[in-house]
Amino acid sequence: MQRSDTLTTDVRPPPSDVSGAVGGGRWSAPSLARSLRTGAPVLPFLLYVFLGLGIPTIVIVNLAFRTKSGHLTFQNIRTIASGGQYLLGFETSFKLALVTSIVPGIVGTALAYAIATSKFESLRRGVASASGVLANFGGVNLAFMFVATIGAVGLVTSWLARIGLNPWDHGFSLYKLSGVALVYMYFQVPLMVLVITPALGGLRPAWREAAENLGASSWRYWRHVGLPVLMPSVLGSMFLLFGSGFSAYATTEALTGGTIALTPIQIGAFLQGNVLSGQENIGYALGFGMIVILLLSVLAYALLQRRSSRWLQ
Amino acid sequence: MASVVADNFLGSETPMAPFSTGPRRRIRWGRGLIMLLAGAYFLIPIYAALHFSLQDNNGNFSLAPIRAIPSQPGLGAAFWLSARLAIVTTVLTMALMVPTVIYVHLKLPRLKRAMEVITILPIVIPPIVLILGVLHASPLWLKSSPYMLSLVYVILAMPFVYRSLDAGLNALDLKTLVEASRSLGAGWLSTLWRVLVPNLRSAILSATVLTVALVLGEFTMASLDLWETMPVWIVNFSQTNAHVSTAVAMLSLIATWLLLTLIVSLDRSQSRRSRRRSRLT
Repeated sequence: MQRSDTLTTDVRPPPSDVSGAVGGGRWSAPSLARSLRTGAPVLPFLLYVFLGLGIPTIVIVNLAFRTKSGHLTFQNIRTIASGGQYLLGFETSFKLALVTSIVPGIVGTALAYAIATSKFESLRRGVASASGVLANFGGVNLAFMFVATIGAVGLVTSWLARIGLNPWDHGFSLYKLSGVALVYMYFQVPLMVLVITPALGGLRPAWREAAENLGASSWRYWRHVGLPVLMPSVLGSMFLLFGSGFSAYATTEALTGGTIALTPIQIGAFLQGNVLSGQENIGYALGFGMIVILLLSVLAYALLQRRSSRWLQ
Repeated sequence: MASVVADNFLGSETPMAPFSTGPRRRIRWGRGLIMLLAGAYFLIPIYAALHFSLQDNNGNFSLAPIRAIPSQPGLGAAFWLSARLAIVTTVLTMALMVPTVIYVHLKLPRLKRAMEVITILPIVIPPIVLILGVLHASPLWLKSSPYMLSLVYVILAMPFVYRSLDAGLNALDLKTLVEASRSLGAGWLSTLWRVLVPNLRSAILSATVLTVALVLGEFTMASLDLWETMPVWIVNFSQTNAHVSTAVAMLSLIATWLLLTLIVSLDRSQSRRSRRRSRLT
């Protein structure tokens, strides 16, 4: 009896698939323990995300609703919502993000289409890799490039001044909203090209041929076939661009030195200690507001992306 | 930047099918015009910045700003700090992400959806907001070390790295590879290191490239955490000499591009070679 007992415990069921080998779970073990063991290798990752992302977020949300001494309050949110510079910051950021998502959204789609239908393989490849670099390119180098280009003594400014069209004499300033928007296009357009190109692949040539065989003009093709198919992807990508424009900090900070009232800039100022007494936790409330807005735009992106994905199969 | 979907970044080996529209041969002005405008918009600032960085203070052509670079105070230290951060971040990211993503693909495909959601979160909580919480939550010993930045950069890099690795793994017949390796007697570590990592080389390379580019260009967190990395140095020094500062900015840009192209072309030639080899056998 004793012998057969040890024998049965020794003879484990052979691993039916690879998962048995790593989980090492015995068939007799409770399934909870087994699933814990199967999940264990993912734990370091989850722990890291929790420590690096979860805790800071919890801290921000918590402090957004606290007074300096730690009491629960809605005063921070109320201060922002009641107008003044912080609400203005949100408004300006919102406007900037809106402009730098709609315009690059349209331009980027047109550019992506022009490139995708181009005959030149090397052009397509070159632009694809350039977009990858430029979309991730922002911040300091970008700000410097534009100062040298269309700053008060920039190269293009001097070209335009020579023909009597100095934009600085006509109300343009690189350090105001219009200037910042112009700079943002530099990474927003490539981002749009990157995001929208796969969706363009969903436009099958057969559809265009079918439309043409049925006598549709180019315009009618776009009106009734092309745009309806692309619309969810284009809109979804614009939401992504919105998020990117809304949260950009480095470019504006390097460009304007923090003189423009955008929410990210105000958070930066808060971290550098520029804050009124009685508003010690206002920075966290600003961060909380940004999280809410970005969450909404990423959700919209994800929903529209799912809707458009059925054309991409 | 929040380019979540910049996954097919450089390794876009499979361009979309060129859907040329059949026998239509009319000249397309729209296309030419938009390419021309885009080309001007993207190339002129680069030219202008190079032009500006090759000027002396009187606006005359001069190589002085370039020659002055090596002797600038603080630049060496800033460069070395950025380089260390890039290395530490890359090693940490890969050590954390590669085994996790492989494991999820192999054993817990149900978790893929959750992984996608988790790795998109750094977009929802952008650097400027994240650093708020990080500076408040981290203990002093951590805050006083520059490597705290590396720890946070790992989070920032996650969206790109995950998508890159995910795409790479989707292209592999993972189960067959692992079973073959295991049945030939390889342990898990050896399967990971000698079978999976070589097969994922492209994906890992492009993830590395993204991570390095991100760390070298990151300004928001470094400046608010008061560490003088390369981008922070460039901004600070622009008060002293804008020409030299722009020259350094352009040099670092060119260096990054060269690095990226080098890594990608290394990968291309490698995969071409292996393709040729497999055709021969």
